[in-house]
Amino acid sequence: MIPAPFEYRRASTAEEALKLAADAGDDGKYLAGGHSLLPLMKLRLAQPEVIIDIGRLRDLSYVRDEGDQIAIGALTRHHDLVRSELLARELPLLAHAASQVGDPQIRHRGTVGGSLAHGDPASDLPAVLLALDATLVSRGPSGSREIGVGEFFSGLFETALQPGELLTEIRVSKPAQRGWSFQKFTKRAIDWAIVGVAVQGRQVALVNMGSTPLRAGAVEQALAGGASPREAAAQASEGTNPVGDINASPAYREHLARVLVARGLEEAASRA
Amino acid sequence: MKVAVTVNGRQVAAEVEDRMLLVHFLREVADLTATNVGCDTTSCGACTVLLDGESVKSCTVLAAQADGSEVTTCEGLAGADGQMHPVQLAFRAEHGLQCGFCTPGMVMAAVSLLAENPNPTEEQVRSSLEGNLCRCTGYHNIVRAVLAAAGDTQAGALAEVASAVSGKDAP
Repeated sequence: MIPAPFEYRRASTAEEALKLAADAGDDGKYLAGGHSLLPLMKLRLAQPEVIIDIGRLRDLSYVRDEGDQIAIGALTRHHDLVRSELLARELPLLAHAASQVGDPQIRHRGTVGGSLAHGDPASDLPAVLLALDATLVSRGPSGSREIGVGEFFSGLFETALQPGELLTEIRVSKPAQRGWSFQKFTKRAIDWAIVGVAVQGRQVALVNMGSTPLRAGAVEQALAGGASPREAAAQASEGTNPVGDINASPAYREHLARVLVARGLEEAASRA
Repeated sequence: MKVAVTVNGRQVAAEVEDRMLLVHFLREVADLTATNVGCDTTSCGACTVLLDGESVKSCTVLAAQADGSEVTTCEGLAGADGQMHPVQLAFRAEHGLQCGFCTPGMVMAAVSLLAENPNPTEEQVRSSLEGNLCRCTGYHNIVRAVLAAAGDTQAGALAEVASAVSGKDAP
């Protein structure tokens, strides 16, 4: 399978990327690791006319300790998240979840920013960063802005990013509650989660339980009200709208969410 | 666009379509056909090569993205004297292949693993091969081969493997 024809442009700086995107207008698309976009282009489900390769913006690949926050460059690859000693120490949820994305070859190419900007509710890292209350930093033609991750995902494969806007950094406050867990239910190791759950302290987010990654608000409220992990997990499907597909019916996904949230809360409690 | 890639130490440059995939660049431009196209959907790993030393699925990389990089394919593993790579020898010694279609990708994934983790556990070998599918389901011998290659590389016992192989398989 071969993508539809497009023009390839390569940016060597963020400024150049923004300019190339402005020139391309609605026909342009950023390419980071390409492991979400290129498969869609090969299936002709995406047919951008201009590809702007940002994969060589090495200055957007980093994990930094900035006091009470961790700053992560948008072009940091999954493989680099897995290997980061800083993340292993401060955000083990993110480091571990990154190790569960795809397979080694995919982790050598895919980037955290690409995963967020793609806006696939079945991806692992968007829900993880939702559980971590991350702040996303972007650059557009009119300058930089910060977007709370809770306002970032607007629909299936839709985000708050405007055409030409470039995600540059993810900022995460070091969690006060240290217990964490990542639960991912798949048929085969390399598959997307049928359902996934990210837990940091008492913050819980769900993978593949609706058109965007979701916070399990009812679970969090129950925990705040003193419910046990098992009692709180019974609320896990509240407010979700999972799809039915070849892997699972909506009812089975709701069941999985309750089971995986219970496991996640118990594992997080054991690590607190 | 003009794409120049160092493939197995040899500079390969050509004017190609912007949309050309790396795997097609390797097979059709560099004329190296060990790298197979299997699923063509980033699942099976038959097209795995090393891009700047790390395993990637070359059906999901544009040739343009590899411009200026170094690529190693299965053809590039043997030494200048024709001596096979320890991983190749171990696949032969342990019968790590049946039909052979997945083998170049399996070998490259194993080489990438051992470069990063020279002494993996069996579980680490299995999880590092998650991205490579064998439709003959010959996984046990593949895992055995990777573990043997790791042990042999470590102990410097390559010569032993080589002689064992030639003893067993001599025509």
